[in-house]
Amino acid sequence: MTDTQTPPTEPGAALLSAGRFFRPGTPSPDLHSVTMTDGREADAFYRDRWSHDKVVHSTHGVNCTGSCRWKVYVKDGIITWETQETDYPSVGPDRPEYEPRGCPRGAAFSWYTYSPTRVRYPYVRGVLLEMYREARERLKDPVPAWADLQGDPERRRRYQQARGKGGLVRASWDEAVELVAAAQVHTIRTYGPDRVAGFSPIPAMSMVSHAAGARYHSLIGAPMLSFYDWYADLPVASPQVFGDQTDVPESGDWWDAAYLMMWGSNVPVTRTPDAHWMVEARYRGQKVVVVSPDYADNTKFADEWLHPHPGTDGALALAMGHVILREFFVDRETPFFADYVRKFTDLPFLVTLTERDGGYVPAKFLRATDLRQDGEGAEWKTVVLDETTGRAVVPNGSLGFRWTTSGEGRWNLELGDITPALSLYGRDVAAPVEVLLPRFDTEGGAHGQGRGAVLARGVPATRLGGAGGPLVTTVYDLLLAQYGVHRPGMPGDWPDSYEDDRTPATPAWQEALTSVPAAKCVKIAREFARTAERSEGRCMILMGAGTNHWFHSETIYRAFLALLQLTGCQGRNGGGWAHYVGQEKCRPATGWATLAAASDWARPPRQMIGTAYWFLNTDQWRYDRFGADVLASPLGEGRFAGMTGADCLALSARAGWMPSYPTFNRNSLDLGEEFGDPVAKAVAELRTGALRFACEDPDAPENWPRVLTLWRANLLGSSAKGAEVTVRYLTPHNKWSIHSEYQDNLFMLALSRGGQSIWMAPQDADAIGVRDNDWIEAVNRNGVVVARAIVSHRMPAGTVYMHHAQERTVGVPKTETTGMRGGIHNTLTRLILKPSHLIGGYAQLSWAFNYLGPTGNQRDEVTVIRRRSQEVEY
Amino acid sequence: MRPMAQIAMVMNLGKCIGCHTCSVTCKQAWTNRRGMEYVWFNNVETRPGQGCPRQYEDQEKWRGGWELNRRGSLRLKAGGRLHKLAGIFSNPRLPEIKDYYEPWTYDYRNLTDAPLGDDYPVARPVSSITGKPMKIEWSSNWDDNLAGAPAYGDLDPMVERLREQASDKVRFSYEQTFMFYLPRICEHCLNPACVASCPSGAMYKRAEDGIVLVDQDHCRGWRMCVTGCPYKKVYFNHATGKAEKCTLCYPRLEVGLPTVCSETCVGRLRYLGVVLYDADEVTAAASVRDEKDLYQAQLGVFLDPEDAGVRTACERAGIPYDWIEAARRSPVHALISRYRVALPLHPEYRTMPMVWYIPPLSPVVDALSESGHDGEDAANLFGAIDTLRIPLEYLAEMFTAGDTAPVRASLEKLAAMRSHMRALNIGEEPDTSVAAAVGMAPQEIESMYRLLAVAKYEDRYVIPTAAVGDARRLEESALPEGCSLEYDGGPGMGGDGPFGQDSGRRSLPLVSVENFHGLRRRQTSDDPADAEEI
Repeated sequence: MTDTQTPPTEPGAALLSAGRFFRPGTPSPDLHSVTMTDGREADAFYRDRWSHDKVVHSTHGVNCTGSCRWKVYVKDGIITWETQETDYPSVGPDRPEYEPRGCPRGAAFSWYTYSPTRVRYPYVRGVLLEMYREARERLKDPVPAWADLQGDPERRRRYQQARGKGGLVRASWDEAVELVAAAQVHTIRTYGPDRVAGFSPIPAMSMVSHAAGARYHSLIGAPMLSFYDWYADLPVASPQVFGDQTDVPESGDWWDAAYLMMWGSNVPVTRTPDAHWMVEARYRGQKVVVVSPDYADNTKFADEWLHPHPGTDGALALAMGHVILREFFVDRETPFFADYVRKFTDLPFLVTLTERDGGYVPAKFLRATDLRQDGEGAEWKTVVLDETTGRAVVPNGSLGFRWTTSGEGRWNLELGDITPALSLYGRDVAAPVEVLLPRFDTEGGAHGQGRGAVLARGVPATRLGGAGGPLVTTVYDLLLAQYGVHRPGMPGDWPDSYEDDRTPATPAWQEALTSVPAAKCVKIAREFARTAERSEGRCMILMGAGTNHWFHSETIYRAFLALLQLTGCQGRNGGGWAHYVGQEKCRPATGWATLAAASDWARPPRQMIGTAYWFLNTDQWRYDRFGADVLASPLGEGRFAGMTGADCLALSARAGWMPSYPTFNRNSLDLGEEFGDPVAKAVAELRTGALRFACEDPDAPENWPRVLTLWRANLLGSSAKGAEVTVRYLTPHNKWSIHSEYQDNLFMLALSRGGQSIWMAPQDADAIGVRDNDWIEAVNRNGVVVARAIVSHRMPAGTVYMHHAQERTVGVPKTETTGMRGGIHNTLTRLILKPSHLIGGYAQLSWAFNYLGPTGNQRDEVTVIRRRSQEVEY
Repeated sequence: MRPMAQIAMVMNLGKCIGCHTCSVTCKQAWTNRRGMEYVWFNNVETRPGQGCPRQYEDQEKWRGGWELNRRGSLRLKAGGRLHKLAGIFSNPRLPEIKDYYEPWTYDYRNLTDAPLGDDYPVARPVSSITGKPMKIEWSSNWDDNLAGAPAYGDLDPMVERLREQASDKVRFSYEQTFMFYLPRICEHCLNPACVASCPSGAMYKRAEDGIVLVDQDHCRGWRMCVTGCPYKKVYFNHATGKAEKCTLCYPRLEVGLPTVCSETCVGRLRYLGVVLYDADEVTAAASVRDEKDLYQAQLGVFLDPEDAGVRTACERAGIPYDWIEAARRSPVHALISRYRVALPLHPEYRTMPMVWYIPPLSPVVDALSESGHDGEDAANLFGAIDTLRIPLEYLAEMFTAGDTAPVRASLEKLAAMRSHMRALNIGEEPDTSVAAAVGMAPQEIESMYRLLAVAKYEDRYVIPTAAVGDARRLEESALPEGCSLEYDGGPGMGGDGPFGQDSGRRSLPLVSVENFHGLRRRQTSDDPADAEEI
């Protein structure tokens, strides 16, 4: 044991020992430390640094839906730093509080206030301003000046080609505003108000700013473009299943779950302010399962990590559903689950079966009208079989009760004495019939769409009301057929066991598609269901863009939802799905909507589906490689034959399923002036073909839009959509930016790689001789991107990530491929329109702004990566 | 016995989401100025990874911290007094800027001011040190989320150590991926090597709260402190030529506010509280022969505030009453000494660090979970410690000089807590053998759970204010009677108020004033030329 009470004795210690008589203060006996009093004036240095004049409150109006409250410190009128405010209302003594929320991006926000990237004056492209001023001087009037410019293709081309290439000059507010107004007036007069448009997403992040511009556009008759569907954040499954845009629990409800799956949502990065709920809930005994292709920020919190191949999540969810249906419904009825689905889902509803190719196919829901009932809304009332009486009855709560006077008081799920039968199996009146179902998991097809195979599986069916009546089965019986859960006596092609991988949707079948071992799939499914049973419905699936930005995302989401509905979780605290939108709302929604849409002046406002607008007007429709029929079910009726995506879009416009602006191939103001009864005459002319829809010929000059106003948005960068290794190219959320905001922020760049980068697995990097931080280029038929490689073993082989949105304004050199500045993450992707998103005018599948519409999904892309010269030019 | 009090911190690594909010808020508040561009008083490291500066944990290379000489006495690893004097003008063990990273900015102006060309203008990177265009080859957080791990992961000193034990211990392969985040600030050690290293005696440890600081008046820029700190948490300001470091935000602590990094921690993983310790025992504890004994030795230096005798001794030693009471309610004391889930960072440096860590749980390894055994069985629902991905040995090399037992004990307590709480969560009776297996009573486990999961702001930060007598001297509390907008000359009304312009001593170092006004000029002028510093 070291003696610390006597002074040290080694050489040099003598000096120390002697020195104690000359130093102030009291040394310890071992001369290891000395205690002094006074001499603390230097403390003032950091007190001075900390000193400030005041603290004000603010939020950051960026599109993260965080709405965090921040304290902004001010010193001599300058914003110095920010910390989060912590005064959120308490959630009670037994839960963690919301505070402090916030994120590193927000913490860096005040950098923008004084950064050179902040635009404080109007700028106009120099060549445009020059030409405008010349015409204005000559013609003395802004509108003719603009018309003069527009009428000259050579001058037009000059300013259009200058776009993005520097040469901005500062202009006065008066001049800038005059120029914009002249452009809009000229366009409205010449082509029509719907050739002007506005785009500004996510009102909730700054309601006043959004509403001001939206109102202006609405007052001049210019359409506002939708964004929720355009950004592919709209979970189309929600309007499809619930007739509801999106509703999710507040993040605090993650705490209430007993079992949490983060499926396609990298919560620490994309839900930073609230991520702590997920973390803390684990201490309360919540089991966490993360499903992600890479070892992501959230994976470290998981008890188990499942890593299916990107985009194959639907198969995993189906197989989990197979296990749940087998073990918790067919083999053993679970009262908690059965009671729930009888009341809260459409599983008991009767579905008609029609003959096809020697078997049957599911057709429409059985309606009250099919039972020869008439009366208000009978065509929209669904039917169930009552378990007790065996009779077909019409329960409350279907669409037919919603919009009818007689339905008043019956738009609810009160079942009364009815116990809906889940299945017709085992009933005397039912007999097995083979139903044909499409398979989409087969190889082949010119575009990899499969062989168009069909499955035959038996369901119990009965004919209602005698020999001529409709043949029906229940949704539940069809579900068992879809999921491949066999019951004795049902004919057809069924899997033998969980290990049978030939046919959907067994655990072994999904393993071949996803790489997730079958045993793991079974384990998670059982845990999920057992926990739901024991906790009374507190299993939650936290979904994100990782599963929502795919072409077929609504089917992926419906597979998740099925798991939650089968286990009685949807709609309970701590249970159900949790999508990533819905928390941030425009609080005074009704008043705000009136203001923004100028509904106090004119109704309805012009509102357009964003995806279709860009698809047509940027000519992406010309780049489709296959027609819509490639996507059709093998059991379809051939209606897509000969149709492209653009044809489907035009059909949806003509049918009135989706809005369409620019609308007609004529100025709407002219239509209104010319005719006595404009509507009747327009209809007549449409019938004869004298009047056509603009979307039928998008490249005709009279049909395309002319003036677009963008504010609070970044459209052309983040939204407008390579020795070589071919990889799957994905664009997940960035840790160092919130979409395009913050990607140029110096703090964010200092904490990352300081420029555009692409993550790849070591195997792929090695294949092309790329080391970490090497310059690479990603190329496909859509474009080229130059970036530096980030090589990490946490990435799965064959997949690369280019996080969005890394704009090419910072540190991006010219590409070797083209010699020009390359693009951004969306350069390599392209819009693909999904025809089923265009359905309208049918029950809950009816368009409303940001409620329904084609999504701008852009995840499925393949690209080639190659190493390039390490010498770069800017 | 010589009782003293210190405000110490515990960070729960199981809760860190690696967001770096703490780093950004600290930077904006403290080091957002010339000379300090590369300095992050608070940084967050992805592990496995090299940390910042790179490989700072390799003390064979950097010679930071203490070691024992042949006689068993403490000696600075960088050398004894005469050795240091001989090298005072040329310290060979100093990290260079490239060991941190060369800070840079961008030519942002080009985006708005570029003349019309044939291609899109871009802002290219420019070094903040040389002012010249540069290629970015390292940053403050280059290996975030295992970026570049196949190339640099082997350089992580902990990985090197593990590979010495067993070559297959750490593999950078997809199936075996593991990762956690390590936020770091100054440890405000009880036996600070930095203070001992300073030739001019410009570093000091405050007696009332243990905060270690550099006196900006007396610092002569020898930079022996930079070498001396094994955590490399003293930095050199290349504009002023002086050393600076994390101050534990004492202007805030003094008025009862938590540090900026704590309050802004989005993961809610930090705790601040008083720890009472016996100053007379520090040297002995730091000098125990076997480095694996240092953890226990340091625990032995801490005093139990529940012991009435300790409290009396503290009062006699002049520790204010509210500090002693705060020590009883201290979450740091609870996590370190009562529940024993928090561990010191690199005790083998012998500096007696005072920011401790709760090690993180991690997902189960693939191989085991694929067997499909019944996961609902409580024993299997949460992975057994040996099946977790982060190797116990890795955590042990960080927190216990390689002894896996305390790490295992800590993780087992967390797992037991989850298991116990799950039963309550589902509305069932907990199996009491679970708590007993980790030596805790059910109420103890539930209290620990509340502290780790539910703890409110005032439970996480138990900070006594400076003694009332000091209040007048402290700027922050010298508030005027009314709102500063109510009188001419107040802050925000033009002119100087009590906090504006020159609120410290009259004769501040010139550098501070110059920086502030220079910064202000740069922030508001349109023309970069106007913003040039005098």
